[in-house]
Amino acid sequence: MSLLALSNVSVRYGRLVAVRGITFSLGEGEILFITGPNGAGKSSLLRAIAGVTPPSGGRIDFADHDITGRAPEDIARFGLAMVPEGRDAFGGLTIEENLMVGTGMHSATRGWKARAATELEAVYATFPILKDRRHAQAGLLSGGQQQMLVIGRALMTNPRLVAIDEPSLGLAPNITDQVYERLTALLAMRKLTLLIVEQSSTRAMMVGGRMMLMRGGEILLDGDARALGQSEAMQAAYFGYGEP
Amino acid sequence: MGSLLQVLFDALSLGSLYALGALGIALIFGVMRLVNFAHGDVIAACVFALLWPSVDAVAIIFAGNLPWYLLVPFVLAFGAALSVACEALVFRRFRRANPATMMIASFALGFVIRYFLLMLFSSRPKSVSLLPALSQPVEILGARIPLLQLITIAVTMAVLFGLTAFLRRTRFGLEMRAAAENFTMARMLGVRANRVIMGAFALSGALAAAIALILGSQTGTANIMMGASVMLMAFIATVIGGMGSLAGAVLAGFLLGAVATVMQVILPPEARAFRDAFVYGAVILVLIFRPQGLLSARGTRERV
Ligand SMILES: Nc1ncnc2c1ncn2[C@@H]1O[C@H](COP(=O)(O)OP(=O)(O)OP(=O)(O)O)[C@@H](O)[C@H]1O
Ligand SMILES: [Mg+2]
Repeated sequence: MSLLALSNVSVRYGRLVAVRGITFSLGEGEILFITGPNGAGKSSLLRAIAGVTPPSGGRIDFADHDITGRAPEDIARFGLAMVPEGRDAFGGLTIEENLMVGTGMHSATRGWKARAATELEAVYATFPILKDRRHAQAGLLSGGQQQMLVIGRALMTNPRLVAIDEPSLGLAPNITDQVYERLTALLAMRKLTLLIVEQSSTRAMMVGGRMMLMRGGEILLDGDARALGQSEAMQAAYFGYGEP
Repeated sequence: MGSLLQVLFDALSLGSLYALGALGIALIFGVMRLVNFAHGDVIAACVFALLWPSVDAVAIIFAGNLPWYLLVPFVLAFGAALSVACEALVFRRFRRANPATMMIASFALGFVIRYFLLMLFSSRPKSVSLLPALSQPVEILGARIPLLQLITIAVTMAVLFGLTAFLRRTRFGLEMRAAAENFTMARMLGVRANRVIMGAFALSGALAAAIALILGSQTGTANIMMGASVMLMAFIATVIGGMGSLAGAVLAGFLLGAVATVMQVILPPEARAFRDAFVYGAVILVLIFRPQGLLSARGTRERV
């Protein structure tokens, strides 16, 4: 049984169709990269999964629930942690407050506070810079630090699936390296399913896993990241050569 | 010395009313981007909640006769409940509407509340003696300060401290602050939209009720328009405070109270009738030099 399954999902903004009937499924523990050029519909697809832009058609199942049209807070409570494009740290809250916002969703279960405290230490161990500045306002962090904060914040909710929209956006390559280094270290430590959106396939080829190529709201290719990344088909599909 | 002290207390107590009003508006604006013009009518409704419906000039006191330790919670609870009902019955339908539509809906709702009161109580102001013990003056350093002024200031300070502690120290407060900054992101972290919005409306309604109690005791009348004058200043305070900034709203509320009181004192007697025009003039100056407000909120950008 897959963790996430989309069947024939579409997203429209008025008359513009951003995602055209996409179908795929993602198993527990998989890493999936979705790549594609500007305007391919990648962010729209993620927002549909997170419940922020409800799909105009199709069906989405996550963690044994039909989440089509459900509210973002319900989907988050089923175990989806979304890190949206542009990061969206709560700039006026401290770093620690940012990290704690999402832990409240478990407040109905016993021992959640102790678990949140353990989780907090784990996130601090992964991103020591956050611990050093835990009482500083998040708005004062650099772009790379904010990216670490929002990834840490997503992990604090104890998710089953983490979806990250362009973690490298606006970051210097060496900072992006750091972010990915931490992400892969995390994967080695805990059972996580990852869905990462990136424009280019370079990171996917470095990290490995599965890769899909999106363009014009459709999935054109789906396969092993390293194999696909080197293929001619990938280049052709990305830039749209040889199409009618 | 004595008269200076008098002016200070006048300024603080007037500023307290404006600050409480501005806070009620800023709280809702923060989470919903709704400029709630019905807030003043909620204040009026809270005063009338103390009376039995009748169109006579002499009010038939109902809850107003309760001892203060029952009266105060009753009015606060009434304000909170009315405000939450406004949200559940009206504003919830407009969540995804644009801010202008929501604002017009709030105007309409305000009229509904006002005409409902008009129907039950008529437009004649009624005299009510609410907490009469409070109008006695207290002697401080030669100045005679009405006890009510002291209580108004003390209550406002307590509300400000309480609200700050609530927002900073509690889980619900954390969620409200996160939602005020970025509502969609907060929801993606599992924060329940309905709970946060209801919480903001409940707090805002309780603040309206506090104003109602103060105004009712101060003026000794119940009047369906009584929320309106405070609210006008409170709206201005939220704007110059920087829409959605709670600290800014409070600061600007006190500032307006101070400016209005000082103008009352320094303006030549024949110009005093136009005091408010001078206050608005000062407001325009502030907005020319700081159009984003004194303490501009980060959260004024669009929410999804
Ligand atoms: N809120 C919106 N309203 C209207 N149109 C939108 C909206 N968001 C995206 N679009 C349109 O939908 C299409 C897909 O956009 P989307 O942001 O999903 O692409 P993307 O693959 O994430 O691109 P990028 O790599 O630039 O982030 C684009 O044509 C875009 O203009
Ligand atoms: Mg995008």
